[in-house]
Amino acid sequence: MRFLLRRFGFYCVAAWVAVTLNFFLPRLMPGDPATALFARFKGRLAPEAMDALRQTFGLTHAPLWQQYGTYLGHALRGDFGLSVAYFPAPVAHVIGGGLVWTLFLAGSAVVISFALGTLLGVAAAWWRRGRVDAILPPLLVFAGALPYFWLAMVVLYVLGFTLRWFPLGHAYSDALVPSWSPAFAADVAAHAALPVGTIVIATLGGWLLSMRNTMITVLGSDYVALARAKGLPPARVVLRYAARNALLPSVTGFGMALGFVLGGSLLTEVVFSYPGQGYLLVQAVRNQDYPLMQGIFLVITLAVLGANWLVDVVSLWLDPRIRDAAA
Amino acid sequence: MSAPGAARAAGLAAWWEAIRRDRMAALGAAILAVFALVAVFGPALVGDPQALVGIPLQPPSPQHWLGTTGQGQDVLAQLVAGTRISLSIGFGVGLAVVLVGALVGVAAGYLGGRADALLSLLFNVFLVIPGLPLAIVIAAYLPTGSFTLALVLVLTGWAWNARVIRAQTLSLRQRDFVLAAIVTGESDARIVTREILPVMTSLLVSQVIASTIYSIGAQVGLEFLGLGDVSAVTWGTNLYWAQNDAALLTGAWWTFAPTGLCVALVGFALSMLNAGFDEISNPRLRVERPWQAWLARRGARPARSTPVVREPAADPAAGVGAPEPAGAAR
Repeated sequence: MRFLLRRFGFYCVAAWVAVTLNFFLPRLMPGDPATALFARFKGRLAPEAMDALRQTFGLTHAPLWQQYGTYLGHALRGDFGLSVAYFPAPVAHVIGGGLVWTLFLAGSAVVISFALGTLLGVAAAWWRRGRVDAILPPLLVFAGALPYFWLAMVVLYVLGFTLRWFPLGHAYSDALVPSWSPAFAADVAAHAALPVGTIVIATLGGWLLSMRNTMITVLGSDYVALARAKGLPPARVVLRYAARNALLPSVTGFGMALGFVLGGSLLTEVVFSYPGQGYLLVQAVRNQDYPLMQGIFLVITLAVLGANWLVDVVSLWLDPRIRDAAA
Repeated sequence: MSAPGAARAAGLAAWWEAIRRDRMAALGAAILAVFALVAVFGPALVGDPQALVGIPLQPPSPQHWLGTTGQGQDVLAQLVAGTRISLSIGFGVGLAVVLVGALVGVAAGYLGGRADALLSLLFNVFLVIPGLPLAIVIAAYLPTGSFTLALVLVLTGWAWNARVIRAQTLSLRQRDFVLAAIVTGESDARIVTREILPVMTSLLVSQVIASTIYSIGAQVGLEFLGLGDVSAVTWGTNLYWAQNDAALLTGAWWTFAPTGLCVALVGFALSMLNAGFDEISNPRLRVERPWQAWLARRGARPARSTPVVREPAADPAAGVGAPEPAGAAR
């Protein structure tokens, strides 16, 4: 429990750093922030939109610490101000619409990639120098070197544009109304297949290699040799004895990988016009919609921090050493 | 350590040996050499990449080997010109990232105590904050350009290196030769630069390579989003314009396929080179190889090797300078 609380405290610090970065970034711009920001928007925005922008950043004439206090208060209440591009919609509202899709996309891609990569890593370590071990790692290292979004472009071009096996973009067909029906679920799955598939291919190699390398070390340890000597069935030795312990570094790496995969999935969304955070983010960049950009950054950061905390809970449950140290 | 010149020459020979012996590392080095040549001499050969030379979106032909872009520029010329800029930013940022990471990591690991606690907190926070969204927000506020891009990439990339180097410094600090240096009254600066950093050379080199892979990928990603200088010709902006000109919907695969392949080839080559260098930093692998060669010469199929259970007495080299296990920093 102490361990989890300490980690929770750490994530709170991380969240505070992110929020504070968000506050100071506009003020780090060369020159006076308010004038610089408003010079860009002059003539493009209605006066009330300019006022909203000023409010969002807390760019008043109050002293800096007071602006900071107001800003923190707003952030705590989930109030990220009004979007410039979607004026007068609040940023929180604009983000909420896309968040589900991003979590669905990145979440399912990470889970599939982790499970598949780990299993393949176990296989590669067990049949070391066998066929799986000789072909898959270099192939997947190459795939991992491909930029996510470029892989997405190629896959979309070949499987979507040329062969017409998959839809060309969006999360579901325009003709359908979102509902909990099997037809809609199938449609969503068909639209998600390509984006999820590309992320899985690009990230599979990392999980495979990390699991393979730990497995090789674990397979050389005495207790595995003993299990084999006792004549236990190979499947039991591999899965119950070796893989269980070899899994720990991968689980620890899971939290770290999340932020990275999320970043990649943002770019993948852009290619597939998938209506998630990445798509919103590009719109925000194109329209110089700073409040929306900052809101997306904060929401994504909080999601990653939360997921990291869950990973801590899981590793506590998996690793008795952490449990003993915490008790 | 009495003859640093000789030691350095021996070190270089070891690197060269590792590349030559490992087929994958040799392949990686060869690919990189080709790209380096293209980056240095290519732009002089292909002419102005921005010149409008033909009808937009023409497929590859004898006049334009890789076709033309949506604006009618030559794709090959753009690719070659982009190689120079993208690779220089990539390697420059890779070096800078490791420099910052080493500075923070060594300081944290060597000083210990409160400084360590503070610096560790700092890089751990930067590790959990997702890099790309942070980079986007920062890049959007700063004036566009190569310098902004490099700054953003360093800012979002240094933390991982700091963490690894701190862990390594912590373990080195307890070694006898460092303790001896402390007892003999050497200054902190000398101990760090003469005793600790040289032992970490292979780790630092492998981190520069890994950071270069990161920085090329992240750079291309940011430019693809339009956060670079879109009027410059780089790999990322090439992809940005391909996407903007609806390359996919018009079937113009030649505007985006070559660029991505180049990014992937460079990344792949760097990974292969890094895997080859593992042998230098990991004596265990170095010992394993001749043993397997010996087995193979006698017609035996190399068995599953279990280097971990080998008797320490038979292998005095193992363990010295072996990298920290992955979870050691926690």
